[in-house]
Order: sequence, then C-alpha cells, then structure tokens
Amino acid sequence: MTRLSPDNSVLRYRLANGLTVLLRATAGHAPVASLWVWYRVGSRVERRPQTGLTHWVEHMLFRGTERFPGSSVHKMVARLGGVRNGMTSSDYTVYYETLPAGELDTALQIEADRMVNARFDSEDVEAERTIILAERAGRENSAAYRLREQVMAAAFPAHGYGHPVIGYGDDLQRITRDELWQHYQQNYGPDNAVVVVAGSFAPDWLMARIEQLFGVVPPRRAINDTGSAAGRPSGQARNGPIVVQLTGPEPTAHVQILFPAVDALDDDYFPLLVLDSILGGASNLGGTGGAGFRTSRLYRNVVQTELAASAGSSMRPTADPYLFTVGATVRHGVEPERVLDALWTEIETARQSVPTDSELMRAVKQTRAQFIFGSERASSQGYWLGFSEIVADLPWLLEFPDRVAAVTAADVQRVADRYLQRDIAIVGQYAPAGA
Amino acid sequence: MKSNSLPGPDNIYQATLDNGLRVFVLENHASPSVVINGYVAGGAVYEAAAQAGLASMTAAVMRRGTKTRSFEAINEQVEAVGASFSIYSGRHAIGIDGKALAEDFALLVDVVSDVLVNPVFPAEYVERVRGQRLTHLQERDNDTRSVASLLFRQAVYDGHPYSWPVDGLHETVAALTREDLTSYYQRNISPAGGAIVVVGAVTGDAVLRALEAGLGGWQAGSLPAVQYPPVKPVPSVLRREQVLPGKVQTDIVLGGPAVRRSDPEYDAVRLANTVLGRFGMMGRLGENVREQHGLAYYAYSSVAASKEPGAWEVIAGVNPANVERCLEAVNEELARLANELVPEEELGDSKALLTGSLPLRLETNEGVADTILDMVWYELGLDYLHRYADMVNSVTAEQVRAVASDYLRPDAHVVAIAGPEAQM
Repeated sequence: MTRLSPDNSVLRYRLANGLTVLLRATAGHAPVASLWVWYRVGSRVERRPQTGLTHWVEHMLFRGTERFPGSSVHKMVARLGGVRNGMTSSDYTVYYETLPAGELDTALQIEADRMVNARFDSEDVEAERTIILAERAGRENSAAYRLREQVMAAAFPAHGYGHPVIGYGDDLQRITRDELWQHYQQNYGPDNAVVVVAGSFAPDWLMARIEQLFGVVPPRRAINDTGSAAGRPSGQARNGPIVVQLTGPEPTAHVQILFPAVDALDDDYFPLLVLDSILGGASNLGGTGGAGFRTSRLYRNVVQTELAASAGSSMRPTADPYLFTVGATVRHGVEPERVLDALWTEIETARQSVPTDSELMRAVKQTRAQFIFGSERASSQGYWLGFSEIVADLPWLLEFPDRVAAVTAADVQRVADRYLQRDIAIVGQYAPAGA
Repeated sequence: MKSNSLPGPDNIYQATLDNGLRVFVLENHASPSVVINGYVAGGAVYEAAAQAGLASMTAAVMRRGTKTRSFEAINEQVEAVGASFSIYSGRHAIGIDGKALAEDFALLVDVVSDVLVNPVFPAEYVERVRGQRLTHLQERDNDTRSVASLLFRQAVYDGHPYSWPVDGLHETVAALTREDLTSYYQRNISPAGGAIVVVGAVTGDAVLRALEAGLGGWQAGSLPAVQYPPVKPVPSVLRREQVLPGKVQTDIVLGGPAVRRSDPEYDAVRLANTVLGRFGMMGRLGENVREQHGLAYYAYSSVAASKEPGAWEVIAGVNPANVERCLEAVNEELARLANELVPEEELGDSKALLTGSLPLRLETNEGVADTILDMVWYELGLDYLHRYADMVNSVTAEQVRAVASDYLRPDAHVVAIAGPEAQM
C-alpha cells in the first residue's frame, strides 16, 4: 500500500490490484458516511452506433448480482436509512451510497460485489431499453434539450462529447446485450476505479475492510481511452460561426453561444472560470451557476434590460477540452436576434477590457463561500474528491480557492480574447414555429 | 443516533422579540457557515383566485429595493460576500431562506430584515419581474408534468385556495398592478405568528442581537382570517386531459386530498405513502409499474400535509402508448393497499426508512433548520424528534390500510393527463 497524502485531511493510496482509494474524515451535525465508487469510463469513449452504452451499463448495475439480486439492494439500503444512486457523465460513471455512519459496511459489500458480478440478464436488458427510451423521450419533451443536442453535435463532430450521454434513439433501439456486457468487462475493475469514502468512520477499520473486500477483485487489462484520441472541439480557423437553428411547438425561445475552450487541468481553466463568474454569476466547483448571479454582467445587461427572462454562462471542468457557454431564455415578445446581439456585446466587452477590482474580488469571495458550502455534506465531499481524481487531480480540488484567488484581471481579459472568438463559435437558436 | 445529539429542547436556544417573532438557534461549528430559515405572516391563501400569483409576486418585488437600498445595492452587498437569500411566498406564509459564511451573518440579517420591513416596490421592477414570470409561466404551461399537476389541483381543490398554483396563472399575473402588491404587503405581510430559525457557527445571543436590530421594530399586524371552503373527497373517478402538441412523453398525476399535518392520521398516511411509492426504488409503484412492466420512466407517490388537507398523489411519466396500461397497474396497487394489510416485514422496512434516515436529514445546517422550522410551524413540539421513532413504529398495518381506503381509492380519485395527441 502506497500512501500519497497531498495534505493532511485526505488519505490517498493504491491497492496492489490498481484500485485507488481516497478517504476524508468530516463532521456534520449527524454521523453520516458516504461511499463513492468511480469508473474511468464515460460517454466520450462511445461512437456511433453504440452511443448510450455507458449509461445503459450503469442502469444494468442496479439490476443486481447473484449475491444481491434485483431490487433487494435498494431495500437493504433504504432499511438502513440510506440513499443510493448512480450517474453517468461524458467523463465517468459513478455509484454512491450515503448512510448513517455505522452502516457503511453494507455499502462496501454492495459495491465490491457489483464491480465484477453484475448479471446482465437479457430480460433486464430489454426492460432497461424501454426505460431508457422513455427517459430520452422525457428529455425530448423540452425544446432546450433538443437544441442542446444539435448544438453539441455541431461543436464536437469527431469527439465523444458531441453525442448525448443517454445516447441517440436509433442506437438505443439497436444495442445488444453482448455489447453491454463487453463494455462492462472492458471498463469495470479495480485498476479503472477510484473508491472514495467521506464522513464519519474509523480509519483503521475502514482501510482493512476496503483491502478485504476490494483487494481480492482481480484487475482487468489496460483500458483503451478512445476519448482523448479523437481530439478537440470543432472550430479552429473558420470564417464565421456555425449556426444551428431549430423550431418547434414550444412558445419560449432560447439562444446559446458556445466556444471551444480547455480541459480542467489547462492553465487557462481558472481564468476562464473567473470569467464565467463575472459574466454569468458565481460558479460552484462544477462550473455552473451558484449564488451571486444578480451582480453578473449578463443579469444586469441582458435580464435587467428586459431582453431575457434568464441568462447565464458555464465553464464545466472536463477531462478533454470542452466549451465556454453563454445562453439565455428569451423574454416573451422579444426577437431572439436582439438577445443574441446583447450576448455578443458582453462577449466583446470582456475581450476588450479588464474586469474591475470589485468584480474580481467578488468572484474570489464567492468561490470561497461556494467551496465551503459545497464541502458540508459527506456526499459532496465524496463527490468532489472522486471527481477531481478522475477529471483533474487532487491538487486541483485542494487548491481550488487559492487558484481562483491567483487569477488577475489581465488573465481574465487574455482568456476572453483568446477563446471567445466569433469565427470559431457555435450559435444555437430555438424559436417557436411560425413566429 | 443518540437522542442527546438530536435537535431538541435541551440544545435549541429560544427567544421571542417584542413584536412576538419567535427565534430558535442551534449552534454548530463543524463548518464556518450559517443558515437562516423562517416564516412570517402572508401566503397565497390570502389572495383572491382572480389574483393568483399576487403573494408570490409581492415577495419577489420586495427584494427589488428598500427605502435605503436599491436592488443593485442589495445584490452588491449580499453577493460580494458570497451569501444568498430568497424571500418567497408559500401557501400559508412568506418564507425566508438564506445562507452566508459565519463572518457575514450580521450583514445578511441586516439586508434580509430591510427587505422584509422597508420594501418600496419600484414601479419599473413590477414590470421586469412580471415579464420574467410570464416567460417562465409560458414554459411551465408547455411542460407535461406541470400541466398535469395544474389540472389535478383544479379538479381536487375546486373553489379552495389550493386550486391555483402559488406562482399564478398567465392571465392573473398579467393583470396585477403595483397597488395590488403594496396593498397585499400592507394587509398581510407582518411578523405575526412568525418564527425564525438559525443554524450554524453563531451563538444564540449574537443571533438575537442581529434580529432585534433588524426586525425588532417591525410592527405585527393581526393575522387575517381566512374562511376555507371544505375540501371534499373525490366522489368517483374524474379524468382531466390536456393535449400538448409535439411532446413525446405523457405525464400523469392521480390522487386526491388527504390530511392536515396536525391530523392524528398523518403518520399513517405518511407510512402508507412510503410503502406505496417511496421505499427502496419508489416503493410498490416503482417495483410493479416501472420495474416489472417497464411501463414508466418514473412512477412514485408523494403526500403533502399543511394547515389544510394536502394532496396525496401518484406521479408517473410514460410513453403515450402506455397510458391506459400504466393506469391499470397503478389502480391495482391502490386496490391492494386499500384492501389488504401490508405484511409486517414490508411495513417494518418502511418504518426503518422513516426512522433510520434521520441522520441524513439532519446532516447539514439546512436540514436541521428545516426540521426545527417544521416542528415550530406545525406545533409538533421541540421534543418531536425524541418522540419521532416511537410515533412511526406505533402505526399498525390496519391503520395504513384504512387511510389508503379513505384517501386513495381506485374508484374515487382525480386523474390528470398531459401529453401529445397520440394517446387521446
């Protein structure tokens, strides 16, 4: 066992079979512990005609094993007063249980078991096909979702970020049980996983138990990472933005502008995150709006001016280079073009002038507050520790507030000028049909 | 959880301001942050049906400016320190929610108090807020889930203030005037009957000083009396449908009115609901409608209980082709719950969930503050959490069967359906 402790509060080590373990003791009002098991596989590794494979595999892991069949696990965890779920993103798949602290052992047993023993019965595969197609239908009910899907496809014509995590409908109709099984075999194993526990626990007991339960799981072979190979977002050196226009029956118009940007570990990530705070409101660690949006430039200049009902920006931290996005929900009765013009005006301002000291100071303090608020739950600790291990690295998380504080006004203008270029943008517009 | 660590009369600091506003504080230094939560007089039940959304819009415009602070100044002060707060209308109260780092708690209380006591309702903001709200209402009215919910409420609560949504309807919000807002504020919003709960890295004395300074001079009006028409049981199956062209999923809300939070049957209703649509993965509904039949992406149940009887409802999102089969499967489950005793083991599971999940509910400042505010608002007693496990465990299978048979019947409920043309 190797111990790598970047700071005193987090214990990081690796088991002989390649499993990475991260432990952090925290204290809330009530003794709770949260287990997160992360796999380095997300929808970015998928290609046509297998989009949606990773998310579907996640669903199959809730269908049970020989030892813990079907829905028995949900009942077991619920009986203990716990909650559990799973999530698939473009960069990872993750499963968690959060329980009263004394019940952690049950969660460890469940996760060690399903790391390699999920059943993938054909009947279950078909039931999940129906459920996932219904989940997709639910999303397609929203115009904003349909627009997002087309805009992302335009932004990433060759990279796995270009298709939705849930997959395209025709692929979901086609995918077979054996493809799902093979995807599981290739990607699930201790050498492609990170186990995180945060909350109240006895460290010696926990380390021994993780060794006992996860240490015996044999490693898989090396895993191909096709995600990074397929390169960067679409874009560089075009003569104008790509424009995606969509119409439909929903009466509310939406506009968005996407710019190819960077991954979480890029030196420009933190300046872009501060730019995001200034334009769209304070960001949490996930690069999406948290508190503080009413002092943001988009709120003052696009919402307050009665052009949009809401507006925002985002700079998600990702493993491969991603996007800087600004967008707005158009106010009823306003031409979407006017809102787009207003967004472009804000973008040009950001490129041509440095932010004020008070904007910068606000972004730093807001980030610090968000960082503290986001660390209060055992489950959010477990989430952010594992997330940073997969998508970036531990220092990225532990130094987050300091790295934000180190960003200068000149940095913000420099990244705005470099990345927010009209010629490489992707512009998405949804308008009601016949308007 | 040891009972001595539960929020209760031993560790909750209590005080009352001169205007009657009650204050409850639980100190916790695990994180350098503080949460404030509270209710004061107001709410959608004090608005007329023709002015649906008035209370909610009044609360929204309150934070758009005070006698001494512009909207910009309010935002600058609060956001500069990474804090946040909202003033919103519920059905029976005006709600206050805020969060700050402990070092900025006094500032947050100062701003929140100013918004509550000294709002000036700037005319231009009435229009701005209206415009934003109308756009969001338009989106809501094109969302299958929300539309099914609206149809359901109209049918279940016909003639009762619960029949309209708190955020109002397009035509009523469009017609509200600034005078409607100011007069609603003057007549209804005051500290009368209110309570403020603060949880986090701050002492009771410090909270009391800050609240005295901010809200101590706020005059309590008298609580306006509301005559509620009786909430009638649904006599038979009432079906309401609305077509939303271009959609690919249909949403269903099915159920009827049940109990008040103060009704003795409340614990049995909550337990029955846990069995039906919550335990494990959405209870019996999750298992038999979603898992076994693959009929729905989600199918679960929820129960609300407030000062007036809340709705007990089954909620499902389905492929339009599966609506009737899904309704059949749901009705089978309602019949089973109303006709057969829940086996002891299954009942024990749901009881274990309700009692065992307390640590998760109480993990954060927000969770503790919500729980204390509930105990105060519904007069459950500050020792409620100490009695909680016994209350849940004493509910019998026959009580569960009886409440299901009284309130959620396959032959007497409202079923509201919103989706594309195909199904109809």
